[in-house]
Amino acid sequence: MEEDVRLMKGNEAIAHAAIRYGADGYFGYPITPQSEILETLEAEMPWETTGMVVLQAESEIAAINMVYAGAACGKAVFTSSSSPGVSLKQEGISYIAAGELPALIVNVMRGGPGLGTIHPSQADYFQATKGGGHGDYHLIVLAPATVQEMADFVTLGFDLAFKYRTPAMILADGMVGQMMEKVVLPPARPRRTDEEIARQCPWAVTGKPATRKPNIMTTLELDSYQMERNNERYQRTYRLIEENEVRYQEYYTDDADYLIVAFGSIARICLKSIEEARKQGIRIGLIRPITLWPYPYKTITGLSKRIKGILVVEINAGQMIEDVRLAVEGRVPVYHFGRLGGIVPNPNEVLDAFKHNFPEAQ
Amino acid sequence: MKEEIIIAGFGGQGVLSMGKILAYAALMDNLEVTWMPSYGPEQRGGTANVTVILSDSPISSPILDSYDTAVILNQQSLDKFEACIKPGGTLIYDSYGIHRAPTRTDITVHRIDAMEATFEMESAKTYNMVVLGALLKIKPLVPMESVIKGLKKTLPERHHHLIPMNEAAIIRGMQLTE
Amino acid sequence: MTTEDIIRPENLVYRKPRLLNDNHMHYCPGCSHGVVHRLIAEIIEEMGIEDKTIGIAPVGCAVFAYNYVDIDWIEAAHGRAPAIATAVKRLNPSRMVFTYQGDGDLAAIGTCETIHAANRAENIAIIFINNGIYGMTGGQMAPTTLEGMKTSTTPYGRRVDLNGYPLKISDLVAQLDGTCYVTRQSVHTPAAVRKAKAAIKQAFTNSMEGRGTSLVEIVSTCNSGWKMSPAQANKWMEENMFAKYPMGDIKNTVKK
Repeated sequence: MEEDVRLMKGNEAIAHAAIRYGADGYFGYPITPQSEILETLEAEMPWETTGMVVLQAESEIAAINMVYAGAACGKAVFTSSSSPGVSLKQEGISYIAAGELPALIVNVMRGGPGLGTIHPSQADYFQATKGGGHGDYHLIVLAPATVQEMADFVTLGFDLAFKYRTPAMILADGMVGQMMEKVVLPPARPRRTDEEIARQCPWAVTGKPATRKPNIMTTLELDSYQMERNNERYQRTYRLIEENEVRYQEYYTDDADYLIVAFGSIARICLKSIEEARKQGIRIGLIRPITLWPYPYKTITGLSKRIKGILVVEINAGQMIEDVRLAVEGRVPVYHFGRLGGIVPNPNEVLDAFKHNFPEAQ
Repeated sequence: MKEEIIIAGFGGQGVLSMGKILAYAALMDNLEVTWMPSYGPEQRGGTANVTVILSDSPISSPILDSYDTAVILNQQSLDKFEACIKPGGTLIYDSYGIHRAPTRTDITVHRIDAMEATFEMESAKTYNMVVLGALLKIKPLVPMESVIKGLKKTLPERHHHLIPMNEAAIIRGMQLTE
Repeated sequence: MTTEDIIRPENLVYRKPRLLNDNHMHYCPGCSHGVVHRLIAEIIEEMGIEDKTIGIAPVGCAVFAYNYVDIDWIEAAHGRAPAIATAVKRLNPSRMVFTYQGDGDLAAIGTCETIHAANRAENIAIIFINNGIYGMTGGQMAPTTLEGMKTSTTPYGRRVDLNGYPLKISDLVAQLDGTCYVTRQSVHTPAAVRKAKAAIKQAFTNSMEGRGTSLVEIVSTCNSGWKMSPAQANKWMEENMFAKYPMGDIKNTVKK
């Protein structure tokens, strides 16, 4: 079978991949730089083909609550937004986590704080990986670097969300959302039938047949002892995810004297800087965490024992660097380079920052 | 093979779609490609630019600080990007509205009169295709049949009757430079 | 006459609906919620749609509605029930989907969701308990609190210059093209209960048949919050609440 190769924006790839995944519903609200997700879905009219529901909600808050509702029905549902809109969604995301519901949330980050800028940023790392909303919970956070990964992580995100009954987030940025690249779309598969949902998600709210007790999706538990047990159950799931789902990519680490750690599209810029550095005889390796939670602490800990220093490159004021430092445990110096306000550093700037922080490397 | 291109001009000149057609043509030629636009309200009336990278191997950074080729369609873009062309690289610029000509001597400079040609053709909407024609004459990155395939991919079906007009504009562009 | 003689089928005048379970209700004596819960259970049973019904519970006194009526429920975040119902109904078009909300939930924090769900003509039924006060959090002012009414956050009475006017949200919702049925009822007398039951049944039927959004406002008492006996509260409601929130259909596009 010939592969379905297309040229499209990252945002468009997410929409097409979701239809092909057999998603049951999308609920969203326009915000730059991710509106192409909703626009593409509306243009594709999947309700005519797969039966997928697409709805432009009245707000990001309504949209995330629609996702909570759909997930409670055992459906594969998702939403997308950009930073300010994702802030609005945080309460709902906390409910989805507490309800142990599978759902997918896409954040195509833009620069903040406040209304900020529409240009690319990675300043929502803390929000995505450290909780975001209220209470002790985690999201599985996937950081795509290519348009292909934008498509692939729809499938991966849904699969992981259903496997662990926990929300997953694609944490992208305006760059990978807006750029066009070659993408191979996944093969289309049908949406699950109501019977399949009832079988796979016996907890789903579907309308109570006489043969079972009511299914009630609630996150309220006023008995503190029971609420503690609920939390312990969430934490057990998180430990399981930490053991099994860490993903990352390594480049040139075999002979590296130094390391750059970067995620998402910025990692690609760093890769070009590293290639230039190697021409100059500076041996830098790259770690690109693909899951930002769970984080590849062990890999970085291991590498920190045989390198001289690490530069963390992010388009924020220094967020992931805290996780890198946790992994390094003080063995080698860890520095940060980032641009703010929606500015994406170019490969030259990254290399200059590296040389500035590690002058002895030259 | 790897070609790193910036196309820059006013919003509304078709900068982004010219890049898109070039990118699609490269895709038809089985090349790796990235198309990274400036985006947002600035597209309307302000300056717009797009970075297009064509390569026969995977592409790392979609954002660049230097380019093999710059296609420049207004003064602001010339001021911004002239210095970013790699030594030995290529600058193609439309003379229309340019009052400070490029000064670099370590690059190949091609002045094209694409706006004039478009006026003569009386089809303002094909301006970007005239420019694309000039680019492809100077830098034969992709064959014409791939460009036509790219046009078919980017234009919705209901606009496919416009393809011959676009093809004529590309050919006109090719004649602008020897 | 023994007990056995009395509890014979021919002597039956009232029976608890099968779907109303035996859990101990947390509502205060005299509260209207219990009556409305019973009506909902009774109607679902009568319509034979227990396996097709999905209820959306609010935040407020009725947060635990799901503990009393044996159907599938989703407990919503505060105010979001109409958004939740929207998604449930769109993803499960064959289901009867209703929300059960108080005045704070529906007419303050959830006004946006209420208006937009109704404006989209979502095929859902909204049961709206209006008792003019926040019961669960301890008697604070609600959007529907009457002018001059004392609450814990309007200890000297609601002043329109400070707190604005009582919100007649049902009249507002009735203006929207997406609503097919908007009515105002009460459950403080047997006759009122019978009318309220017919109204809720109409709303549930509208959801099943996809006629658009229905809203049934039940003007209710909160004798604890109002600091009155149940009987006093009923009387006060008739004299004061009904003046601002008059009984009867506000809109009905479904001709019988």
